[in-house]
Amino acid sequence: MSFYLFVILSVLTLCSAFAVVLAKNPMYSVLSLIVCFFTVAGHYVLLNAQFLAIVHIIVYAGAIMVLFLFVVMLLNLNSETEPHKDNMLKVAAVITGGLLFVVLIASIKATELGTFSLPQKSNLGYVEEVGKKLFTDYLLPFEISSVLFLSAMIGSVVLAKKEK
Amino acid sequence: MNQTLEAVPQNWYLILSTLLFCIGVIGVLFRRNAIIILMCIELMLNSVNLLLVAFSAYAGNNDGQVFVFFIMVVAAAEVAVGLALLMSIYRNIASTDINVLNKLKW
Repeated sequence: MSFYLFVILSVLTLCSAFAVVLAKNPMYSVLSLIVCFFTVAGHYVLLNAQFLAIVHIIVYAGAIMVLFLFVVMLLNLNSETEPHKDNMLKVAAVITGGLLFVVLIASIKATELGTFSLPQKSNLGYVEEVGKKLFTDYLLPFEISSVLFLSAMIGSVVLAKKEK
Repeated sequence: MNQTLEAVPQNWYLILSTLLFCIGVIGVLFRRNAIIILMCIELMLNSVNLLLVAFSAYAGNNDGQVFVFFIMVVAAAEVAVGLALLMSIYRNIASTDINVLNKLKW
């Protein structure tokens, strides 16, 4: 059962990722990126990381993609205004990406993956466990990330403001 | 015990996230619209997140999930600043085409 779920989710993830790259209209790119994020959240649920799945949907589908949609609509981008590279560069891009894939797969093949004995505990991804880690071992980075958000907020307001 | 870990070999997750990362790289090289390039960077970040979660689930250690949490924090901040930059660029040159932005090109 979970094997078939994995296969279906993977196919959906890859197809929507390709649609992001290939779509003529930027709006369709944004919409297929949303599909891609939801399927990745499905993968997280399959891997028993429920907390991350919810956070992923809230942060990506709820915040980041709304921002993208908002900007695409604000700038009024559509397939007529969409710039395209010439075909030579497109072929070169695909070949470069394919070569990177081959190199990465070869290095995965060459690596000796330690055989994990499958863990008995299955509640590792619950809010309780992740929260404990976050507020004990990783407390300092957690608090510093709030400073990062504050600076990002101020920075984006200043950048997007109209110049006088 | 989790059924998925028994049914799906870990290598499959490795291959899936490698593929996703390469699609992101191809997208960055393939397109000229700066917004779509930002979206492809999000794709690459997502593939790394997926890999971290897979490793943390198979190793029975949830440090990786905390890392994913911090990657999401940085990604959110990055998108906010990046889109604000794009807005101010668009206001100046009325385009999001990266070939127009060649002042710093050698």
